[in-house]
Amino acid sequence: MNKQQQQSIWWRLHIDWPLLLGLVVLCGVGSFILYSASGESMAMLNRQLVRVFFAFVVMFVMAQISPDVYARWALPLFLVGLIMLVMVLVFGHVGKGAQRWLDLGVVRFQPSEIMKVAVPLMVASYISKHSLPPKFTVLLVGAAIAIAPTLLIARQPDLGTSLLVAASGIFVLFLAGMSWALVAAAAAAIAALLPVLWYFFMHDYQRQRVLTLLNPERDPLNTGYHIIQSKISIGSGGLSGKGWLQGTQSQLDFLPERHTDFIFAVFAEEFGYIGVILLLALYLYIIARGLLIAIQAQTAFGRLIAGSLTLTFFVYVFVNIGMVSGLLPVVGVPLPLISYGGTSIVTLMAGFGVLMSVHTHKRLYAQ
Amino acid sequence: MNKRVAMRDHSSESNLFKRRAFVCFVGVIALLCLLLANMYYLQLQNFETYNTRSNDNRISIVPIAPPRGLIYDRNGVLLAENRPTFSIEIIPERVDDIDVMLKELGSLITLSETDISSFNTRHKQSRRFKPITLKDRLSEREVAIFSVNQHRFKGAQIESNLSRYYPYGEAITHALGYVARINTKDVERLTKDEKITNYAATKTIGKQGIERYYEDLLHGEAGYQEVEVNNRGRIIRTLRVKPPVPGHDLYLNIDINLQLQAHSILEGRRGSIVLIDPETSGILALVSSPSYDPNQFVSGISNTNYSALLNSRDRPLINRASQGTYPPASTIKPLMAVMGLELDKIDEEEQIFDPGFFQIPNTKRRFRDWKRWGHGWVDVTKAIEQSVDTFFYKLAYDVGIDNIHNYMNKFGFGRYTGIDIHEETKANMPSREWKRERHRQPWWQGDTISVGIGQGYWTATPLQLAQATNILVNKGRVIDPKIVHAIDDGNQTVALPLLEHDSIEVRDQRHWEIALNGMYGVVNRSNGTARRAFVGTPYVSAGKSGTAQVIAIADDAEYDADAIDERHRDNAMFIAFAPYDKPKIVASIVVENAGGGSSNGGPIARELFDSFMSRQDFNDVLNRYDLVDENE
Repeated sequence: MNKQQQQSIWWRLHIDWPLLLGLVVLCGVGSFILYSASGESMAMLNRQLVRVFFAFVVMFVMAQISPDVYARWALPLFLVGLIMLVMVLVFGHVGKGAQRWLDLGVVRFQPSEIMKVAVPLMVASYISKHSLPPKFTVLLVGAAIAIAPTLLIARQPDLGTSLLVAASGIFVLFLAGMSWALVAAAAAAIAALLPVLWYFFMHDYQRQRVLTLLNPERDPLNTGYHIIQSKISIGSGGLSGKGWLQGTQSQLDFLPERHTDFIFAVFAEEFGYIGVILLLALYLYIIARGLLIAIQAQTAFGRLIAGSLTLTFFVYVFVNIGMVSGLLPVVGVPLPLISYGGTSIVTLMAGFGVLMSVHTHKRLYAQ
Repeated sequence: MNKRVAMRDHSSESNLFKRRAFVCFVGVIALLCLLLANMYYLQLQNFETYNTRSNDNRISIVPIAPPRGLIYDRNGVLLAENRPTFSIEIIPERVDDIDVMLKELGSLITLSETDISSFNTRHKQSRRFKPITLKDRLSEREVAIFSVNQHRFKGAQIESNLSRYYPYGEAITHALGYVARINTKDVERLTKDEKITNYAATKTIGKQGIERYYEDLLHGEAGYQEVEVNNRGRIIRTLRVKPPVPGHDLYLNIDINLQLQAHSILEGRRGSIVLIDPETSGILALVSSPSYDPNQFVSGISNTNYSALLNSRDRPLINRASQGTYPPASTIKPLMAVMGLELDKIDEEEQIFDPGFFQIPNTKRRFRDWKRWGHGWVDVTKAIEQSVDTFFYKLAYDVGIDNIHNYMNKFGFGRYTGIDIHEETKANMPSREWKRERHRQPWWQGDTISVGIGQGYWTATPLQLAQATNILVNKGRVIDPKIVHAIDDGNQTVALPLLEHDSIEVRDQRHWEIALNGMYGVVNRSNGTARRAFVGTPYVSAGKSGTAQVIAIADDAEYDADAIDERHRDNAMFIAFAPYDKPKIVASIVVENAGGGSSNGGPIARELFDSFMSRQDFNDVLNRYDLVDENE
């Protein structure tokens, strides 16, 4: 860190401008896609723009807070989140067949969103108190911290979010230097657990989704319809796409959930393979910047939290595009910063706020 | 704790992290490449497949029914046309409250219970943006009333369709036929013939007569509209329109004036009249009485009306001209004469003595002549002129049934005439084989004798009689009788080729002339049976009467007790042609239960010939169109 950089306006604002640039461009692109995916609804776009603006404010505020504070507040935040998850299961509001919402009178929100940030913070702050690579017992506790909320969220049921929460915790463990032998053992254990999951823990509709993934045509009118129409949208986009607002699959309503989870299909239909490459490049740029910030972090906590948040962001991208294009079963994961909807954007931007905080709150060491 | 933390090797931890981060970054790149590879597979390799499926999704084909070809008589008078009819349609999604609207509409336009209930049924079944017909065939008054008040009925609209209309109604039904709604049977047949796509938008199909026989020509080719639809099938916009190709127009040989005249002559009677142009075998008129109004079938006939037609004792649905089977009686005597001369069983001069009956040698049974005391010495000419039964009893006996069967077959008896309607029967030209099969009995000689005077097992349709006479008049030339004369495909009007068969060859042309001369005598000589009917005509005609002693239609066996007398009376038959030298018209007339053929059939022939012969323009009529004559 040279002095010039530290004294720049961005430094004082605790903003990492290369990352900000990537996020702003992504949100800009997202607005254009949403306008098309919403059937040119200005009202919907306006609501989304307000959310995006709010999310950037959240990011800015989060960036001002020192990583030390996050490390200190990780435990209380985690515990509050855990209690609220239990409350959701007990008195939560049922929406779309799953209990995810907690009504606090003023606002209704999903406590599982808090966990997307709280879990990596908690695991990172716990692990980083010990020397790295962590010992086995430390790893076990870290894993337990991640798995407890994951199971609670999976009970709601919200497979997508539980997956993201689990991933955010596991990434911390991996980045902390969990031994390869343990990684292999864990992978084997998960593989062995899959049948157990299938028969004892998964809901019928979740099994349907997996079966549908393997062969969408087996039920073309119900569960398979989403996937078939989504693949038709993507495939018919071709090399250069049908053009903005010209996607027949999306504009004529053949594509379901087109402005939320399946918005990537709208993009791929209208902008084609070239557009897809550019969009993935943009995501890669943000991820690369995030990992760079992680590498440059001064503390173990900073490294772990930055790395985990960045990689979780990638999981969003991969799972969403994977499910929309028929590689993964349909789990409710939005396309980050592009899908319509407030909570995920705010959570993600809060995460990027933490990332910027890690990057811009550095002690100056004597050369 | 603090101590241990202080002992941490920060640089090795940092390096460890860097390695792990690098592994993750490689993983990220690998997974992004996997996504890109999958996208490559979907968007580039399978682009064609998905593009087609995308188009299948969004593009929908809406068929457009072609306007049906028109039918004209030989003078260009319209016999079957397409009239716009109006209906009220409602698009449910544009209506605020359908029940209120129906109530208000009902105060302006009569809506029956069935109108409303069938609307409600279809309303429940169809999509909200699809128009549903509320009432069909509005009167002009109703259209006007609705149009003035249209602003009050958002979502209701007047829709116009073309539907078939026959301006001459029942006068030409049996020749023209009619169209009616396509039913499941039609759909099956069209599917089998792979024509169903062409009928996607068509509501009616030819069911009888010319409308049925020439269905393929009259129908035309369906057009279509390529429209873009959304996932609920609502039309967003039209991409392409291929207009339908209208059906071909038909020009008939029928002259509507002759047809109307013949129809009115038979009004109130049961019978049939067939008029043929002997030059072309074109049908000038084809009447079956009683008839019925074909228009009631177009929009769907009510059950009450249909069963009334079906169960009527007079059987109006039958086409008597081609489906009514009658004993031909004496009308076939000129043909029998030709056969006798040809087979050398009689000659021009030879005379036989008629004592008033005929006896098969060595038997006792007497076959009586219509003249109880006999005609005395009779030659072939006198036998035709005075219709001497005895002469033909003997001839039949001499010739035998096999010869009669084979020879009369050549004149078309017991065979289809080749007329261009499907409603035809072969009637019966009896033979030994036929009797064995039908009655499980051998042929008796006595059977042959009554066949000699066109009775017994012999039956014929009025059309067969007309065609046999036509062949006689043409001295053996055989051309199939046709109702349709020419076809207009939109570019040119082409005359249908005449369907000529091998002529009936005779050893001596005199044989024809003797028979024709006999028919001349019937009408013109002092002892001719029909001379009274043709007194004072400005033209010379010839004919032959027949009086069939049998019941009405062969397969109509039940009779109402009240009418038994009337219905047991003889059928009047008459065949004729004019002018004698250069025949222009051939007639075959049957009036059921009317009595003698000369006194009841003769005057009908004369009345028709009178009006026909008074029209000098008749030959020029067909030259009005730019005909491309296929026969040249």
